[in-house]
Amino acid sequence: MFKDLSRRRFLAGSTAAAGALALGGRTALGADPLKVGFVYVGPVGDFGWTHGHDLGRKAIEKEFGDKVKTTFVENVAEGPDAERVIRQLASSGNKLIFTTSFGFMNQTVKVAKQFPDVMFEHATGFKTAKNLSVYNARFYEGRAVIGTIAGHMTKTGKFGYIASFPIPEVVMGINAFILAARKVRPDAEIKVVWVNSWYDPGKEADATKALIDQGCDVITQHTDSPAPIQTAGSRGVLCFGQASDMTTFAPEQHATAILDVWGPYYVERVKAVLDGTWQTSNVWQGFKEGMVEMAPYNKNLPGEVVEAAESVRKGIIAGTLHPFTGPINDQSGAEKIPAGQTIPDGDLLGMDWYVEGVSA
Amino acid sequence: MSPKAPLFKIEPRREVSRGLLYATPLLAVALTVVAGFFIFLAMGYDPFLALYHFFVSPLLTVYGWSELMVKGAPLIMIGVGLAVGFRANVWNIGAEGQLTMGAVAGGAVALAFWGEETALTLPLMCLAGIAGGMAYAAIPAFLKTRFGVNEILTSLMLTYVATLFLSTLVYGPLKDPLGFNFPQSRMFGDAALLPILAGGTRLHLGTFIALAIAVAGWVLMTFTIVGFQVRVLGQAPQAARFAGFSGPRLVWLVLLLSGGLAGLAGLFEVAGPIGQLVPQISPGYGFTAIIVAFLGRLHPLGIILSGLLMALSYIGGETAQVEVGLPQAVTGVFQGLLLFFLLASDFLVRYRLRLRGAVAVQPQAAE
Repeated sequence: MFKDLSRRRFLAGSTAAAGALALGGRTALGADPLKVGFVYVGPVGDFGWTHGHDLGRKAIEKEFGDKVKTTFVENVAEGPDAERVIRQLASSGNKLIFTTSFGFMNQTVKVAKQFPDVMFEHATGFKTAKNLSVYNARFYEGRAVIGTIAGHMTKTGKFGYIASFPIPEVVMGINAFILAARKVRPDAEIKVVWVNSWYDPGKEADATKALIDQGCDVITQHTDSPAPIQTAGSRGVLCFGQASDMTTFAPEQHATAILDVWGPYYVERVKAVLDGTWQTSNVWQGFKEGMVEMAPYNKNLPGEVVEAAESVRKGIIAGTLHPFTGPINDQSGAEKIPAGQTIPDGDLLGMDWYVEGVSA
Repeated sequence: MSPKAPLFKIEPRREVSRGLLYATPLLAVALTVVAGFFIFLAMGYDPFLALYHFFVSPLLTVYGWSELMVKGAPLIMIGVGLAVGFRANVWNIGAEGQLTMGAVAGGAVALAFWGEETALTLPLMCLAGIAGGMAYAAIPAFLKTRFGVNEILTSLMLTYVATLFLSTLVYGPLKDPLGFNFPQSRMFGDAALLPILAGGTRLHLGTFIALAIAVAGWVLMTFTIVGFQVRVLGQAPQAARFAGFSGPRLVWLVLLLSGGLAGLAGLFEVAGPIGQLVPQISPGYGFTAIIVAFLGRLHPLGIILSGLLMALSYIGGETAQVEVGLPQAVTGVFQGLLLFFLLASDFLVRYRLRLRGAVAVQPQAAE
């Protein structure tokens, strides 16, 4: 999978050799290791989003050994502090810097302008520059898989969703989940609680309790801590891990998790800098490329449910199934996407409407 | 005497040394450094290198100082306002919310004039920022003076309301129409941003206004009748009443003052380093400023020092993460230690501990 990627990137690269050459000479030679910096929005021990990025960082160290030196700064607030941290990493000799949260976008753009020799990679944003790439994963593909499982397993037909901020990324995930679930259980509905934070274990746990008390018998989340899993587990409610495998927090109830696999992409980008072939890119990868994976299915899941989930995953990889295929109705029940049509990527990335069955 | 009686007895000292009172913050810093040394050693880091990056290397460049000012300015402004209130025994814990509302009000002005900014836009934004913070502090002031509601609770709880109000705006009416539906406003126009004082840094006009405000706060507290009244109200409310000072009027005054300053600090954040309205404006400046106010002995000039020290502890923590790989949690431990040592030494300056055992055991033995 990874070989595949670099070949494609290489072909694309050869068409714009001038830009690549300009970046090449500065980095490749010399005995000094390439310094690679990471800016994290949460603590490395969040067991979720930041943990996933940190695994990617470790993958770089494992792959390149002495040839690289990685540094990370954790728990960086999205705001003025981020600009200082990014600048600090750039001025202390890091030549490749990953800023791993949407809220670091404008700060990354600003610092990238001031450090044209340093290459920047911003996760989940939409602004690029000559030395600034963006990358993102198609998490909604994973949502379609867990939505399918939820549709099969629910008794009440009510799902609880602990969500961070109503940005397109999150809205897209909610929609993908309920669309898949309603294919199995047409009357299913989803209740969303916004905690207005990416990482707030206390609030996440409270929201989980409230949702379970309202009759939700499946819990899923778009926040970074394992608190919802722990809470759902202690109440015997089915749940899904976020970003990392969270099985240990609810061994019996943790059905599976959507895994963010950043390692191969990070290794690829570091290699590009070492080879002097780095250039601006904008990637959005999913199951097919391996940036999104599913954690092992819980042994408690019935065989036919696992089969249904797997057929969704395989369908997405084969390209025969797109989670956003019409007919899709909006919240009011009016048809928004006609049968057979799929929502194009551009519209997904700016998604600001909910599908039928969502109360948010 | 029951055998569970505490071993020590706490007695107030008859005379509190003024010199020691001013020396305790320095002592606390020194003790924090010593404790930090051993923590780093125990964690397997080079303690000298770690302390160097924590406390020294951020101060070696002009850029480092400019960042210190940028980070310290809101802490100083808010701290000065809060200290005046604390002196009067009025406990405004909700500066974070007032900061948010100031940023909202001032930011809304910037967005209203977007694309048509004039020289008046920025002053108008500042006024709106102050008004926003004041209006928000007026709620606890009204509730306290009219119904006797505890301002600690009301001001604190209103903070969360302010954060949600800001969210509503940036997800709704103030959202950037070209921003792919992401929750942030347009970037403010250049004329709506605070001028940068030194090229290549983020040192904005607001940082100097913050220093000026601290000096003004010192003048207010030391040389004016109002400052005197505030101090009397805090130290001897009965005496203040006999002297004919209006308690409610002073409550209003100190809450509006601290709210207005917090609001202006919020506006400086959005018109300075941030440059737009975003769902979260401050990483907790309104709360940290409470620590800053006490660390600075509720004295406006002391607050300048404590604000800068607190800023250094954040920036040094980041530097140590980048250069030495020190975990971020150590920054928190450091700030905690600092406060602990400060309060402990403060306590020991004012009180003495006397061993109770020697006195207590003898009568029992005689039985």
